[in-house]
Amino acid sequence: MTKDTMQIVREQDVVPFRNRVRELSTKIGMSLVNQTKLITAASELVRNMLKYANGGKTTLEIVSKNGQNGVRLTFVDEGPGIENISQAMLDGFSTGKSLGLGLPGAKRLVNEFDIKSVVGTGTTVTVTHWKNGR
Amino acid sequence: MDRIPILKMGPFLLVTIQVDLYDRLALNLENDLISMVSKTGARGVLIDISAVNIVDSFMGRILGNIASMSRIMDAETVVVGMQPAVAITLVELGLTLQGVHTALNVEKGMDLLYDRTDLLTTQEDEDNGEDPDDYND
Repeated sequence: MTKDTMQIVREQDVVPFRNRVRELSTKIGMSLVNQTKLITAASELVRNMLKYANGGKTTLEIVSKNGQNGVRLTFVDEGPGIENISQAMLDGFSTGKSLGLGLPGAKRLVNEFDIKSVVGTGTTVTVTHWKNGR
Repeated sequence: MDRIPILKMGPFLLVTIQVDLYDRLALNLENDLISMVSKTGARGVLIDISAVNIVDSFMGRILGNIASMSRIMDAETVVVGMQPAVAITLVELGLTLQGVHTALNVEKGMDLLYDRTDLLTTQEDEDNGEDPDDYND
């Protein structure tokens, strides 16, 4: 199935990335609301990557489970890593000057969310959203 | 380059965002709007986001900033035309757009601005629930 990678190194890379996520979601027939949720989550996650890790690499792929298609996005950075993931997943917690909605908000918007982080090595976030949004 | 046009219409400023915002564009808009409010003495700012497909927490923060700064300068901000999918997503994301007035479309947004800035109506008329057409009688 389709598998792309896109480097995110500057803020101008965010819009083309979001457009590519939209293309894949449209391709599998995802509804507009589900597309919007996935793209918004993706936008939060690439923004985190830019802000805390000076960018990173994204992977976009179409995946299948029980005969249903979905879009899976992986965000890999080599930034400082997250010391306390459960704290970072709390609403309103931010070490930057943001609203602290990025990680917990993104998690609420997608069907599957996985985060792994090693301090000093980097962070990997994987999200999946299924065609019917469940 | 990298600027969204701001139109002056009577006492208000109008902005129609026709592209998906990236950070620089949003920050420029924030700066430009505040200088325009100061320069023109505008009493209201109307931002049409009907062509915007994505509002993430960054863009939400910019809208909130614009509303707070305008308020300090005695101008009200109304955001209009939000797509249903964007509204659903914002709620799940947890973004409340505090301090930002919203209206369904440009027309209702203009009405709201006139109401909030008391430029056409007076408190007394509102209390009587009279038709705005009767004001000149």
